[in-house]
Amino acid sequence: MREKLVVIGNGMAGMRCVEELLKLNPDLYDITVFGAEPYGNYNRILLSPVLAGEKTVDDIMVNDLAWYAENNITLHANKTVVEIDRRNHRIVASDGTVEPYDWVLLATGSDPFVIPVPGHDLPGVITFRDIHDVDAMIDAAGQYRNAVVIGGGLLGLEAANGLMKQGMDVTVVHLMDSLMERQLDATAGGMLQRSLEERGMKFRLSTETEAILGDGRVEKLRFKDGEEIPADLVVMAVGIRPNTALAQKAGIHCERGVVVSDTMQTFDPRVYAVGECVQHRGLTYGLVAPLFEQGKVCANHLARRSYASYQGSVTSTKLKVTGIDLFSAGEFLSAEGSEEIVLSDPHNSVYKKLVVKGDKILGAVLYGDTGDGAWYFDLMRNSSDISEFRDTVLFGQAHLGDSGTGGEDRVSALPDNAEICGCNGVCKGDISAAIVEKNLFTLEDVRAHTKASSSCGSCTGLVEQLLASIVGDYSTSPKQKPLCGCTEHTHDEVRQTIVSQSLKSIPAVIEFLDWQSPDGCHVCRPALNYYLICAWPGEYSDDQQSRFINERAHANIQKDGTYSVVPRMWGGVTTPAELRAIADVADKYDIPTVKVTGGQRIDLLGVRKEQLPAVWGDLNKAGMVSGHAYGKALRTVKTCVGSEWCRFGTQDSTAMGVDLEKMSWGTWTPHKFKMAVSGCPRNCAEATIKDFGVVAVESGWELHVGGNGGVKVRATDLLCKVKTAEEVKEYCGAFLQLYREEAHYLERTAPWIERVGLAHVKDRVVEDAENRKQLHARFLESQKYAQDDPWAERATETSATETVTREFQPIIELESV
Amino acid sequence: MSDWLKVGTLEDVPVLGARVVRTGAGDIALFRTKADEIFALDDRCPHKEGPLSQGIVHDKSVTCPLHNWKIGLTTGEAVAPDEGCVRTYPVKLEGGGIYLQIAAKPVSRAVG
Ligand code: SRM
Ligand SMILES: Cc1cc2nc3c(=O)[nH]c(=O)nc-3n(C[C@H](O)[C@H](O)[C@H](O)COP(=O)(O)OP(=O)(O)OC[C@H]3O[C@@H](n4cnc5c(N)ncnc54)[C@H](O)[C@@H]3O)c2cc1C
Ligand code: SF4
Ligand code: FES
Repeated sequence: MREKLVVIGNGMAGMRCVEELLKLNPDLYDITVFGAEPYGNYNRILLSPVLAGEKTVDDIMVNDLAWYAENNITLHANKTVVEIDRRNHRIVASDGTVEPYDWVLLATGSDPFVIPVPGHDLPGVITFRDIHDVDAMIDAAGQYRNAVVIGGGLLGLEAANGLMKQGMDVTVVHLMDSLMERQLDATAGGMLQRSLEERGMKFRLSTETEAILGDGRVEKLRFKDGEEIPADLVVMAVGIRPNTALAQKAGIHCERGVVVSDTMQTFDPRVYAVGECVQHRGLTYGLVAPLFEQGKVCANHLARRSYASYQGSVTSTKLKVTGIDLFSAGEFLSAEGSEEIVLSDPHNSVYKKLVVKGDKILGAVLYGDTGDGAWYFDLMRNSSDISEFRDTVLFGQAHLGDSGTGGEDRVSALPDNAEICGCNGVCKGDISAAIVEKNLFTLEDVRAHTKASSSCGSCTGLVEQLLASIVGDYSTSPKQKPLCGCTEHTHDEVRQTIVSQSLKSIPAVIEFLDWQSPDGCHVCRPALNYYLICAWPGEYSDDQQSRFINERAHANIQKDGTYSVVPRMWGGVTTPAELRAIADVADKYDIPTVKVTGGQRIDLLGVRKEQLPAVWGDLNKAGMVSGHAYGKALRTVKTCVGSEWCRFGTQDSTAMGVDLEKMSWGTWTPHKFKMAVSGCPRNCAEATIKDFGVVAVESGWELHVGGNGGVKVRATDLLCKVKTAEEVKEYCGAFLQLYREEAHYLERTAPWIERVGLAHVKDRVVEDAENRKQLHARFLESQKYAQDDPWAERATETSATETVTREFQPIIELESV
Repeated sequence: MSDWLKVGTLEDVPVLGARVVRTGAGDIALFRTKADEIFALDDRCPHKEGPLSQGIVHDKSVTCPLHNWKIGLTTGEAVAPDEGCVRTYPVKLEGGGIYLQIAAKPVSRAVG
């Protein structure tokens, strides 16, 4: 017999939790759901666009009645639960229905707060919470003229906007002297008020309602100062209260909300709770994103995986009034010890403010131009160090050097056939259709179902905007992203556990950390393999089957299944003998294309897999080794001619490049790692867009880090200046090792430095000489095991590599009979 | 119905890896799972003909090396949201030998 799970409340949080539970284990429970509303479950946040006539009720259904049936869930719609009989383990509903339970999930949401002024119970006085309320408003708009909304917060303004769109004359009455005072400062609140006034909305700020008057139905409103205004409809939107009545009656501990632990369990271990009804670590939430996070954690425990933990959420707010861009997150008023960075352009209706403490962002208010909201929010959530770009931070992320595919920022203006994801050729229309048809809510969902934004990621912002425009804004993602779909653990947790638990193989990690798939997937296996190599140099034996084919075959796979071979050309320097050997190989193996790469060396393209060992053998004989053009590894070290030849050269940049390449070739890194050395600040080797770039100057060498010339161009940050060539090598090795030990797999140095802050890197590599020496020493130690040419190993079939090399040959050749 | 033809031994295929059987009509990929099951599929991804044998094998599926489509080894079908199917071949393990049901005979090296 399956155990019985009874869910009370079929709103957004409860049903999301059930969906997560079904994903983890569809067969564990007999699930019964009680919902006081007479529907399946719907996307409550889209009630505002429904009221504004931009969407219909059908558009916002998340799970219709058929969904419950398909998943064997018994739904008691339109039935309110009146008792949790904890002693006898049963649930009682208002119509007398009784359901026994083993486990309860409480998800009763909240109740809108009604100010108990005289007349608050007159017909025509309503709140804004469910479909019923929206129907009542639309109905009133068809018959009456004057609407009054009490409450100038988010909900109140969305209600007022909707009623205005429905043709009513709307006045917003607000107790405070500024709108949305819980999200906006007075300046932004004032700008918002002006643009709403321009649309025809009226305001009575600093005004308190004394009574609602009417004979049989609301007719007018009287304020404390005695003035009266006509009102045929009054919407109270003055706040919400966690709906704890049922839990309280059952004797479950409540404060402002139903109190839960980090596992979403209430004081009764049989009863879990999620959503707006919950109080967690002293906080209650009124936005969807945190509730979804709670649902996921709760599902993890209901499914008896028992490791997830909810740590609380940081939230951000946007106002869903079409044509008004407004964003707010965190602390938006400066307090003791914090400062404000402000950009105010009233003429263009743009206002941006960041509240900063030390080097961290505490909060943001954006009005008129919210394009960078998600970026500020990320910086805030990750406590990123902004000291390096503090002077330009208000101009936005684009100002940091985001060129390339950026730029298009208004997805709503694009036609359906506009290509959003250039890598996978996915159009706006395809994505919208998938979001609607397959009920997608998050970026991850969209990636999995459409492939959009799943390759290079430069269209992520557009996809997020599109999601927000269709299902509303869920921009808070969990604070820390899991490594992949096989696990809840983050990159950092996995790395730390590998070291602290001395885990020395992929199966050991997968078992210890309770992976959800027997042997991982193409995302986590290469990451784990790298983390193990980095943690246990010389000891861990590389798992070939966990490497992407390029690294397994030590050559780049091409679109037709052939490979490309790129021999190392130290510092971009070659010799006639090497060139001759390359030419001979190209002739001998009939290699179709020989191309000079963007990395100062030569690429042989179109080599068949079974030819690889022989091609390598020939190149080896001429003294050449693998260029690792295929690997998350050291790639090229570009150089310029430098002081040896150039009339401007200040140092021998070519020799420096060769030395750096000889020191670091063969190392495995979280993502590819590129270097360059220029002989003077003219910088012909483009050192300032490399992971580690060196620019020679008269007095020594400038060291630059964190550059990227790819999808998103980022110029380097200056790490420091040093005097001697020895120092260049030491700093280079130390920087490489810090990156190797700390970055997430597939994170280039540019995003890594943006995440941890340049100050952190300087602390470790520049200021702390002892630490630098240790990092450098650890790097050299790991290099002892890394600098065996993989080609030599495979070209000369020794018994140890025989299993590897024979993979290059077909197992058998057949001819048809 | 064609005969069972021995194409190699279990040891010839790495665990969680693959080898190809070369035929006049294109390669057939032999995959080996952790539990030592063998599956045989055309070595052509339904997306853009990527060589599936070069992908990462996990559980009973393989991720194509070119654009990460996931193909189920039992059915040859792409895992949703991708759509497409590759041909699978009957294959069996007997006494450590891998046998493929196919109308062909070896041309190159002898198999023991
Ligand atoms: C061969 C080459 C193009 C050429 O013909 O010149 C090339 C070819 C590829 N690049 Fe590149 N990149 C080449 C220089 C570059 C450069 C220029 C440079 O290194 O100075 C860049 C910009 C600099 C940078 O990385 O910051 C570059 C930025 C990329 C990116 C974007 C990386 C990023 O962080 O944004 C990718 C995609 C990725 O790595 O995920 C990429 C990925 C690729 C891949 C590996 C795509 C793939 O996964 O198959 C291509 C492999 C083709 C092959 O089989 O060789 N390639 N690629 C160049 C090889 C240089 C070498 O000698 O090793
Ligand atoms: C108009 C509007 C706009 C919003 N806009 C946004 C936005 O833009 N972004 C955002 O993040 N959030 C927004 N929100 C807030 C968001 O909708 C809520 O945070 C979310 O719906 C709460 O989910 P929940 O499951 O906790 O509660 P609910 O979705 O309210 O679900 C609770 C359900 O339980 C039922 N119930 C209660 N008691 C019982 C009982 N005893 N027996 C049976 N059933 C019961 C209720 O009828 C209800 O259906 C908006 C809310 C509204 C009303
Ligand atoms: S070589 Fe680089 S830029 Fe050219 S198509 Fe391939 S990935 Fe794109
Ligand atoms: S060819 Fe296989 S995923 Fe594209």
